[in-house]
Amino acid sequence: MSETWLILGASSAMARAFARKLAERGDGLILAGRDTADLDRDAADARLRGAALAETIRVDLRDPAGFDAILARMTECEGTVSVAVFTGSMPPQSEIDADPALIEGVVIDNFTGPARLLLMLAPLIEARGAGTIVGVGSVAGDRGRIGNYVYGAAKAGFATCLSGLRNRLTRAGGHVVTVKPGFTDTAMTWGVEGMFLVAPPDKVAADILKAVERKRNVIYTPIFWLAIMGVIRAIPEPIFKKLSI
Amino acid sequence: MQWKTADYAGWGRAVRARGTLARPERLPALAAALTARGPAIGNRRSYGDAALNAGGAAIQMTRLDRLLSFDAETGVIEAEAGIPIAELLRLFAPRGWMPPVMPGTGFATLGGCIACDVHGKNHHGAGSFGQHVLAVTLMTDTGPRAVTPGTDPGLFRATMGGLGQTGAILSARLQLRPIPGQRMRVVETRIPDFDAFIAALDASTAEFAVGWVDATARRKRLGRGILEEGELLDGSRPGPIRRAKSVPLDAPGLLLSWPVIRLFNRWRLSRIPDSGRKRIRALDEFFFPLDALQDWNRLYGKRGFHQFQCVVPQDAAPALREILAAIAKSGIASPLAVLKRMGPGRAGHLSFPMAGYTLAVDLPARKTRAAPLYARLEDMVQAAGGRLYLAKDALARPATIAAMYPELDDWRAEIARADPEGHMTTDLMRRLKLRSAA
Ligand SMILES: Cc1cc2nc3c(=O)[nH]c(=O)nc-3n(C[C@H](O)[C@H](O)[C@H](O)COP(=O)(O)OP(=O)(O)OC[C@H]3O[C@@H](n4cnc5c(N)ncnc54)[C@H](O)[C@@H]3O)c2cc1C
Ligand SMILES: NC(=O)c1ccc[n+]([C@@H]2O[C@H](COP(=O)([O-])OP(=O)(O)OC[C@H]3O[C@@H](n4cnc5c(N)ncnc54)[C@H](OP(=O)(O)O)[C@@H]3O)[C@@H](O)[C@H]2O)c1
Repeated sequence: MSETWLILGASSAMARAFARKLAERGDGLILAGRDTADLDRDAADARLRGAALAETIRVDLRDPAGFDAILARMTECEGTVSVAVFTGSMPPQSEIDADPALIEGVVIDNFTGPARLLLMLAPLIEARGAGTIVGVGSVAGDRGRIGNYVYGAAKAGFATCLSGLRNRLTRAGGHVVTVKPGFTDTAMTWGVEGMFLVAPPDKVAADILKAVERKRNVIYTPIFWLAIMGVIRAIPEPIFKKLSI
Repeated sequence: MQWKTADYAGWGRAVRARGTLARPERLPALAAALTARGPAIGNRRSYGDAALNAGGAAIQMTRLDRLLSFDAETGVIEAEAGIPIAELLRLFAPRGWMPPVMPGTGFATLGGCIACDVHGKNHHGAGSFGQHVLAVTLMTDTGPRAVTPGTDPGLFRATMGGLGQTGAILSARLQLRPIPGQRMRVVETRIPDFDAFIAALDASTAEFAVGWVDATARRKRLGRGILEEGELLDGSRPGPIRRAKSVPLDAPGLLLSWPVIRLFNRWRLSRIPDSGRKRIRALDEFFFPLDALQDWNRLYGKRGFHQFQCVVPQDAAPALREILAAIAKSGIASPLAVLKRMGPGRAGHLSFPMAGYTLAVDLPARKTRAAPLYARLEDMVQAAGGRLYLAKDALARPATIAAMYPELDDWRAEIARADPEGHMTTDLMRRLKLRSAA
């Protein structure tokens, strides 16, 4: 049966790599983002790689007025409808500390924006009795750290929301995959200090597709971040609060 | 975070640069990056300083790698310049098409192949890469600008092999070559010495041919090696796509290139029977043998290496034998050299090819004799009426290069028009004084 994916944040290198893998499987793609002129090139690329359909649609998570059009477009798609969320923003924590008003945007881009859209799309998945949601969070959501605690908090909120959504959709035949990437070589991390073990986006995308195919619930990618975060989560708070990792 | 300050190098890692790098993933980011003024670079598979801009900015095009169009009837594709040549092969071979010219590494980008007007194992028949390019789109301050041989022949020609100096190539239209299937018949033949090698190359009727020469053999055995000839076959791909192994660390000096040689076990003289050997190979295995080992340049250690590649005219084969003899005698070169026949095909003013023979060999930079040897070889090549390949060079002198490239002044005139303020200048341009009239 045909499957059409809504890709939120399709301009991200991680999303592009994932969408290409879906295209090579012959899935349909609706690429959503703010710069639809540039996304048109991604749509052409996806079609040439084998996508059954590839279109773009405008979305700005900070302007939910456009969400209805997305719901309408996805409702028109026949067969299984799936969604992959790659949106997020990570301004330097120092900028947020200086201007706490920035918190709202970070929370919208990483959490409430995609969450709201996912809740709008959930009944469609329930009605069709199938469909996958991929939600890209971050290892940063596993513990609040001095370097990016607002971003981390938004990712943690998103992960909790995905967990509940999984609970909800499972009983209707849907599935939710929570993805926690470690450092990935994208525009978000280009030139950021302190990166290590940086993974290519294609590796992350391959892991995500595998998780979708095997109906995994929560994955860390690359897998060694499972161990790293296990250690970081295990550090007692009295010690952790003095560390700057 | 648009810019990052980095230490970077070409594939040889012997010359380095410190500067800022951007890696745009979408068009507006490219346009923004270009306002900082710097050359576009690809996957840095050129060996020397062609893709370096020390103290300035450079724009890595590797994330602008989207397919834009494909005509299944004519085999014409359009793609963004950052797409690797191996990806084009992977995507289109199952549909019956492949890039008409492919360099020895699939990591080279479409933009890099145009900017160096690269040649493949079929140069004697197919000509150079740029001869199959139908149009390029340059990113200018006022937006993308399509350039074809029809609309602006001078600018088009200056862009083919133009080392990025006419501006950032955003995308290109390329004529692919139809193929009967996804396999090759490869015939390997032992060759006893240099003269026999030249004769065998001349006599070969294969579409693809490359010679692997034992650069350690001297005197009577000088130039012995293996001629590898390939023909395209029908049928599906033999075996699954292999996963490349990687080299995690810089090798200590002693190890040097021997593991590379071991990788080439299959070509080792002793393993090829006198009667030769025939095998069926996958396309990528034939075209990109070294890509099986990622980052193999690290095997040369921290100090890196230089590659010497020259071409000499058809009638200068004896001079090439002397060049090979000088390399063998020095005892510092990597034990493996590559010898190919070249046809006259070239697409740009600064294109490397000329009808004749090309020889390439690695020289470890840690050897203090590497640079003097290179200088001697440079003189020998010039005397033979040949030229050095700018995509490989890091050591040549401006005067020799100017003498080797007779169309240099025509190219300069085009560059003065395309980039009057020198925004695209690279370390290679400065070292060889290529942009400034002599
Ligand atoms: C193992 C190996 C085998 C090779 N075999 C061959 C061979 O058989 N034949 C051959 O001809 N070459 C060969 N080469 C050389 C290689 O093909 C060329 O150097 C090629 O240009 C590398 O492409 P790149 O994308 O890495 O470009 P880079 O090395 O990053 O850049 C090379 C030049 O191209 C320019 N450039 C790159 N992209 C753009 C763009 N988008 N717009 C404008 N300018 C741009 C740069 O400014 C620079 O001047 C080989 C190299 C290796 C490492
Ligand atoms: N890179 C890492 O190391 C890393 C690690 C862990 C998790 N992640 C997560 O992985 C995902 C992909 O990120 P990336 O690294 O590829 O970085 P990226 O290129 O910055 O991608 C972020 C994406 O979110 C979109 N976006 C942001 N705000 C938006 C808004 N208000 N409305 C619509 N779209 C919006 C961006 O679209 P525009 O093109 O319009 O800006 C872009 O497509 C993100 O969720 C990120 O948090 C990244």
